[in-house]
Amino acid sequence: MSVVSDTIDWFSDSTHWSGDDGVPHRLVQHLGYTSLTIAIAAAVAIPIGLWIGHTGRLRGLAVVSSGALRALPTLGVLTYASLYTGIGIKAAIFTLVLLAIPPLLAGAYAGLESVDRQTIDAARSIGMTEWQILTKVEVPLALPLIVGGFRSSTLQVVATATVAAYIPGPGGLGRYLIDGLALRDYPQVVAGSVVVIVLALVLDGIFVLLQRLALRNRPAPVRSTV
Amino acid sequence: MTWLQNNTDKVVDLLLSHLWLSALPIVLGFVIALPIGWYANRHRRIRGVLLSAAGVLYTVPSLAFFLILPSIIGTGFLSPANVVVALTIYAVAIMVRSATDAFASVSPAVLDAATATGFAAAGRAFRVELPLAGPVLVAGLRVVAVSTVSLVSVGALIGVNNLGSLFTEGYRTDNDAEILTGVIGIVILALVFDGLIVLVGRLLMPWATASRTTGTSLRGLARARR
Amino acid sequence: MIEYRSIGKTFADGTEAVGDFSLVLPSRTTTVFVGSSGCGKTTLLRMVNRMIEPSRGQVLIDDVDIATRNKVELRRSIGYVMQHSGLLPHRKVIDNVATVLRLNGVDKSEARDRSYAVLETVGLDASLATKYPSQLSGGQQQRVGVARGLVSDPNILLMDEPFGAVDPIVREELQAELLRLQRELDKTIVFVTHDIDEAFLLGDQVVILKKGGEVAQVGSPAEILATPADDFVRSFVGLDKGHRKLHVEDRDGSRIVVDATGKAAGVLTE
Repeated sequence: MSVVSDTIDWFSDSTHWSGDDGVPHRLVQHLGYTSLTIAIAAAVAIPIGLWIGHTGRLRGLAVVSSGALRALPTLGVLTYASLYTGIGIKAAIFTLVLLAIPPLLAGAYAGLESVDRQTIDAARSIGMTEWQILTKVEVPLALPLIVGGFRSSTLQVVATATVAAYIPGPGGLGRYLIDGLALRDYPQVVAGSVVVIVLALVLDGIFVLLQRLALRNRPAPVRSTV
Repeated sequence: MTWLQNNTDKVVDLLLSHLWLSALPIVLGFVIALPIGWYANRHRRIRGVLLSAAGVLYTVPSLAFFLILPSIIGTGFLSPANVVVALTIYAVAIMVRSATDAFASVSPAVLDAATATGFAAAGRAFRVELPLAGPVLVAGLRVVAVSTVSLVSVGALIGVNNLGSLFTEGYRTDNDAEILTGVIGIVILALVFDGLIVLVGRLLMPWATASRTTGTSLRGLARARR
Repeated sequence: MIEYRSIGKTFADGTEAVGDFSLVLPSRTTTVFVGSSGCGKTTLLRMVNRMIEPSRGQVLIDDVDIATRNKVELRRSIGYVMQHSGLLPHRKVIDNVATVLRLNGVDKSEARDRSYAVLETVGLDASLATKYPSQLSGGQQQRVGVARGLVSDPNILLMDEPFGAVDPIVREELQAELLRLQRELDKTIVFVTHDIDEAFLLGDQVVILKKGGEVAQVGSPAEILATPADDFVRSFVGLDKGHRKLHVEDRDGSRIVVDATGKAAGVLTE
């Protein structure tokens, strides 16, 4: 298995750990536009998801459009968008936001739907306003599923952001894969992949902890999310 | 449109290979995941291990997967087999969770009744458990189908020809019509797979729709009359 | 005839459901196991078709130890009706009923004919046959459950709180229906309930159980009411409360039967 030893050699080469092409810098870039993507997507999806979940309106539309968004091929949207935005980060962020929206949206409305109707009825009967019902009853009870939505969308963005490196501009860990592929430098490809996988696993672990935290003080079982 | 008219043969060729590259992983993934999910549902300890393993597999970026696989299974770096194997593994990873949920959704009381009626173990698994798990299995398979069709396009980056090749080529030649053709083609293909799965599901499980619509309303009627 | 010989059951987690239980259930009669939850009544019932294996002792059907018989074949030869009907949601009513026959190797058209006949026996309209169970009311589902239990004409019918989940009016209908069926069909019925009134209504032989399958009293309803074995039985059947103590009062020339609380229970007619 020469690829394995070559990859280990790649990691032990100190030039790969400093400068603009170094792992730390690429990692920070990768995390940077993952965060930016999730922030934009959440700003769009969470209010809409909460509104759908609270009112029960337009649910069918949300399901259908989420399904359609999921079917969109990332690489196609990315290349298409980049022809209009030019090289740079805009096309990548736009594409990744489209990818991040469906799980966030589903987490929000499914979370609200999972809240027992009787609990909401009780909250209304003791005189809570609709806003209080949303913020004091529905959102806290739906939190595990909402966090679940953040979890799956973050993991998808981290993984798919590697493809975004196909267009010049955004750096990030995908560069190792795309550049390595172009140069037939497979140790670099494998090393880049390993870093992305480790990053994904670490983030997943953090989200597991967050979900446990959201579940604290709550004996009720929660249905698995998307 | 003129671009499509001038390149119909090429697009049809790419569409057909896209069809194969997605159909194989979808079918293989389903067939492999089914017994695993059934087994995992009956053995608690194994279920935990299997589901975490599936979760880990799913965090691996598709591009990284396509690139690492050759060094693990010994295929050529640019072989279509990498795409099929990687996407099959993804499909299994998603489908094992769905299948476990699906078998868990079968009411224990019904299984108990089937045993009491005199179903032997194998008969019960195939003629009671499997059909009753059907609706959740179909839901899982739909997710697998849509995501597989979309992910196949990433294979274009490692030179495996499919509709995704229109993205890389269109991007190089600054041809937005070509990219758009690819995007629309992939979305249509995803919708066709999805529709096909729904249709087959309806044909095989007429009871699933019967109980949701007429069932509840009839029972409501009966109660109202009393 | 069903016979329990020194039966005991300890579950894997250490709970003793039944300590030491012996009883003969005569053929062509209804025996009702009645008791609170945890008395082992369902465990005893489910031992008859080997859904539960006893830890100690034997169960015999017509003097044959059922442990020597093939489990699956044994179950196919015994009718079983359970609380939530246990119908297969993915099969139409008629197919649910025909299932047992098909499992026993009866050919398709004969199975259908016999299933239609038994649906009629339990008072279900043939138009319901092609519906799915979820399209039926609770009472109708329970009738289908009974039909499925009867379709292969088994000698033994096991009924595990079959009317526990339906409303009181439907329950009375179903109880009356069962009594009528039993007059016609003459099965050996083992019936489990926690409702003493249901036990007295349906049972030829009533078995009152305490915790752990301990028998408090066995007898006909009249015997139990006339000579309750102990305070437990007296309280369980309600003899310590007013509604079982009836006396006759003359009111405006009619002879009214009144219970100890003063509530009129009926009219005395000779």
